[in-house]
Amino acid sequence: MADKLVATPSQTVGPFFHIGLDRPGWADLTTGNPQGERIVVAGRVTDGDGAPVPDACLEFWQANAAGRYAHPDDTRTDKPLDPNFRGFGRVSTTADGNFQVNTIRPGPVSGRGNALQAPHIAVALFARGLLKQLYTRIYFAGDPLNETDPALLAIADPARRQTLIAHRLDGPEPATWRLDIVMQGENETVFFDI
Amino acid sequence: MTDAIQAFARCRPGGQPPYLHPDYGSTVKRAPKREPIRLEHTLTEVTGPVFAGGWAGADAADLTQGRDGPPLGERIIVTGRVLDEDGRPVPGTLVELWQCNAAGRYRHPVDQHDAPLDPNFDGVGQVVTDEHGEYRFVTIKPGAYPWRNSYNSWRPAHIHFGIFGPAFATRLITQMYFPGDPLLAFDAIYLGTADPAARERLIADYDPNLSEAEWALGYRFDIVLRGREATPMENA
Repeated sequence: MADKLVATPSQTVGPFFHIGLDRPGWADLTTGNPQGERIVVAGRVTDGDGAPVPDACLEFWQANAAGRYAHPDDTRTDKPLDPNFRGFGRVSTTADGNFQVNTIRPGPVSGRGNALQAPHIAVALFARGLLKQLYTRIYFAGDPLNETDPALLAIADPARRQTLIAHRLDGPEPATWRLDIVMQGENETVFFDI
Repeated sequence: MTDAIQAFARCRPGGQPPYLHPDYGSTVKRAPKREPIRLEHTLTEVTGPVFAGGWAGADAADLTQGRDGPPLGERIIVTGRVLDEDGRPVPGTLVELWQCNAAGRYRHPVDQHDAPLDPNFDGVGQVVTDEHGEYRFVTIKPGAYPWRNSYNSWRPAHIHFGIFGPAFATRLITQMYFPGDPLLAFDAIYLGTADPAARERLIADYDPNLSEAEWALGYRFDIVLRGREATPMENA
């Protein structure tokens, strides 16, 4: 332990990150024609005054429709990889604080021990005023696995779990799932220390 | 079949900035009021995007090229290694960079600082680290610029760096500063990290061996990401 190097601290992305982080096409986690149900995930980011946050950047990471991550450390070869699903996306909020990404509904993923995690999307939120990213997750309303998901159950107050549950909007396919992110205050989103 | 999940180490006290840091005014309305809930790492946290195959775009390591002429300012080389806390190189990871020009102005519509844009400088680059975890950029030294954090506050010259590392848990966006910059002693963002040894990690070293005669000054900036916890946990 004594020989460990000191880790580099995080610093804010500041207000001008768009020149470095905005990437055409990265608001789509898919490439070509992926397996699974195509969905749109949309929402709005607000601050402690309830004001929209127009200078946030969100990154998304999720498993494919079979529940497998496109990463060498996910060695569960019983679940197929999908060459048309990268699992990673990034988008900046608009002037109204809104974001929207295109993806597929992920499958369930193994948890620790014998646990099974409900389908979810991991989110990292960067912004001016954040010296380091906030991590949260997006789950899908009505999924029976939500009842036993270890991360949701780690949230002591059941009411606060709801801040991570996206709801399907009425409308045509592909389904749009909406989840707002409240950085501070009443109905503050649950953030995770990972 | 048993899969071992090897979690990433937690940060040492003071080694990372807090969310609420009132000296940096923008944190006051954007820091969560409640403590983030500790999550033991699962496959979700120990995996992350892989940059093989070039889908993230071609390397763009020379920010002084590609326009009609050279940008104004002091040409510099910025190079280093991406490592983990155990000193192991992190190969094949995407390093993204953005910065203002030599006059302290970003090519961004929100930046209204009364300083000139440089038609020959965009201030954006990216590279994927090589098998030794090394990267190298050629750019110009960015200028200092004022910001409205408090009256007459100025950001020290800095270059924004984004690095992924092997997992979603290792994602890091940071800033590189220059040695000897007098503005560091007054900068609320730099000073937001309590541990001075961690802060020093943000300051590049001037290295005469990296400078190229009659051409450019050389700086070394190694980036250290979270390492793994010592003991893998069984994930039956």
